[in-house]
Amino acid sequence: MSIVLALVTAVLFACGSWLLMQRRLTRIIIGIGLLGHGANLLLITAGGPAGRPPLIGADPVSSLSDPLPQALALTAIVITFGVTAFLLALGYRSWQITTDDAVENDIEDTMVARRAADGPEGPVDDGEPTTSELGEM
Amino acid sequence: MSTESLVPLPIVLPLFGAALTVVLGRSRVAQRVVSIAVLTAMLVVSVALLAEADQEGHVVQVAGGWSAPLGIALVVDRLAGIMLVVSTVVLLAVMVYAIGQADAERERIAFHPLYLVLAAGVSASFITGDLFNLFVAFEMMLAASYVLITLGGQPDQVRSGMTYVVISLVASTLFISVLALLYAATGTVNMADLSVRLAEVDPGLRAAFSVMLLVVFGIKAGLFPLFFWLPDSYPTAPGPVTAIFAGLLTKVGVYAIIRTQLLMFDTPEWLGTTLLWVAGSTMVVGVLGAIAQDDMKRILAFHIISQIGYMILGLGLLTVAGVAAAVFYVIHHIIVKTALFLVAGLVDRRAGTSRLSEMGGLVRSAPVIAALFAVPALSLAGLPPFSGFLAKFALVDAGLEVDRWGIVAVSLAVGLFTLFSMTKIWAGVFWGERDQEPTRTPMVDGRFGAPVWMVIATGGLVAASLAFSIWAGPLHELSLRAAGDLMDPARYVDAVLGGRP
Repeated sequence: MSIVLALVTAVLFACGSWLLMQRRLTRIIIGIGLLGHGANLLLITAGGPAGRPPLIGADPVSSLSDPLPQALALTAIVITFGVTAFLLALGYRSWQITTDDAVENDIEDTMVARRAADGPEGPVDDGEPTTSELGEM
Repeated sequence: MSTESLVPLPIVLPLFGAALTVVLGRSRVAQRVVSIAVLTAMLVVSVALLAEADQEGHVVQVAGGWSAPLGIALVVDRLAGIMLVVSTVVLLAVMVYAIGQADAERERIAFHPLYLVLAAGVSASFITGDLFNLFVAFEMMLAASYVLITLGGQPDQVRSGMTYVVISLVASTLFISVLALLYAATGTVNMADLSVRLAEVDPGLRAAFSVMLLVVFGIKAGLFPLFFWLPDSYPTAPGPVTAIFAGLLTKVGVYAIIRTQLLMFDTPEWLGTTLLWVAGSTMVVGVLGAIAQDDMKRILAFHIISQIGYMILGLGLLTVAGVAAAVFYVIHHIIVKTALFLVAGLVDRRAGTSRLSEMGGLVRSAPVIAALFAVPALSLAGLPPFSGFLAKFALVDAGLEVDRWGIVAVSLAVGLFTLFSMTKIWAGVFWGERDQEPTRTPMVDGRFGAPVWMVIATGGLVAASLAFSIWAGPLHELSLRAAGDLMDPARYVDAVLGGRP
């Protein structure tokens, strides 16, 4: 496994994980894409060092890299592609609804948290949570 | 036709049905007929496969005519057979329920094809003998579930669907990474072959693989501390979809944990202890989370988490009796949990809300629904003579056999809290008066307070859970035989690789 590919995989995983922690939907989707690329690259490097394509007749069979991980990576790429397309559609729908691509807190979670803050004797206010409550980290 | 050639059918039939329902998209009746016919055929095939697997031990079919480990092996052993039969029963019941609901909004053109693809993914996960194929099966199941959970595109569905899709994708990415590392270390993705070759790998590396796979499937199964996405995303989906997710999807994760850990790794003592800690935390956190909720579906969703803990507890004991109890528990749980969510769907429809504070007095206005809730609820809490009691008894018995007093005490305490939660739902939904007006208008139809096929489907599952208690003896023996196979990976390896090292 060449050191360059190892480094690229590491950088892709790092950037992907960082983007995943963001509150903006677009960044999360890009993060998922980067993570997917990192994983696919890792799969490719599992097949042996770069620069030895598994073409019959090009090299003696013993020095070829293993074609199976490449086939696996191809499958994984197709799956990632399809799911990313779906995620983009979902992100677009979310933007249509909220006109903002920030990820909101869950309504029920917010209401449970509010009940806990009010205490058992506190005012029971089951109205819809306000925008500022949904945006709190 | 030999039984081996039946093995691919639980995957092929629903995929074929999915294609057919797309073509027949214009006719709802034709779609329904195809779906029901396909699921019934799957049930017949699954029962035949389970019967054969119980006699022979393993039914193996290698796809494409290549011999294992090159070809993709499809293996039905006793565990896979049990899971196939139970999951198909549940899939069929929920399909009848969805048809009974006959709600134009729910039963869109896309519903039938997606549901059948989901069915194919679930059965493929159970019968595959190849780790990469397991990944593909998971993706098939998840891709269908992504669309099903957001079908309708309502604001809360989109928000919670997003969480669900992103967390599942992260788990899938981790899964590919583990696959890459496993392939680099061993040069194979066939599970039987991995079982042989991993034994030669350095123990430290093996432990790392084992824990990574545990994390991947732990996210799918909703184990502590990886469960946070589950209660937010499940309840927003349409009623039948939530029921099938709650009943099946997390259990596919549990199945994958049981399968991979026992087959591929030699499961050292520390792993068992770790699993027991994870199981204990999952049970406690799940049940405490449920107590804080006001929404019926969310209470039930938190209970999925606590119940997953029980199954992992059985696995963590690492004895034949423990694993058998886990398998036994999975069967009980799939049926009972799906039934409870189907009842929650009925209640939601009848009361116009799923918030406890917005409903009450249903025991008078809809006694049939109340009866349908009571049986699985008491069963979930583990009261005799229902199936939950027997499943918990098997677990406790297996735990005491190896002197794991601590975890047994925790599991019994969690059982009490579960009962408390169920009484809370009972008091909130069926007794008392409404505190507030519901947000939607309640729908009343028919004598039972709901469309007749919805009631029949729910009643069927409740009857199945009662049948489980009646035939608990033979079922437990079957689980014991399945666990005996699982604890002796050499049998699986022999069956797949044909005795060749």
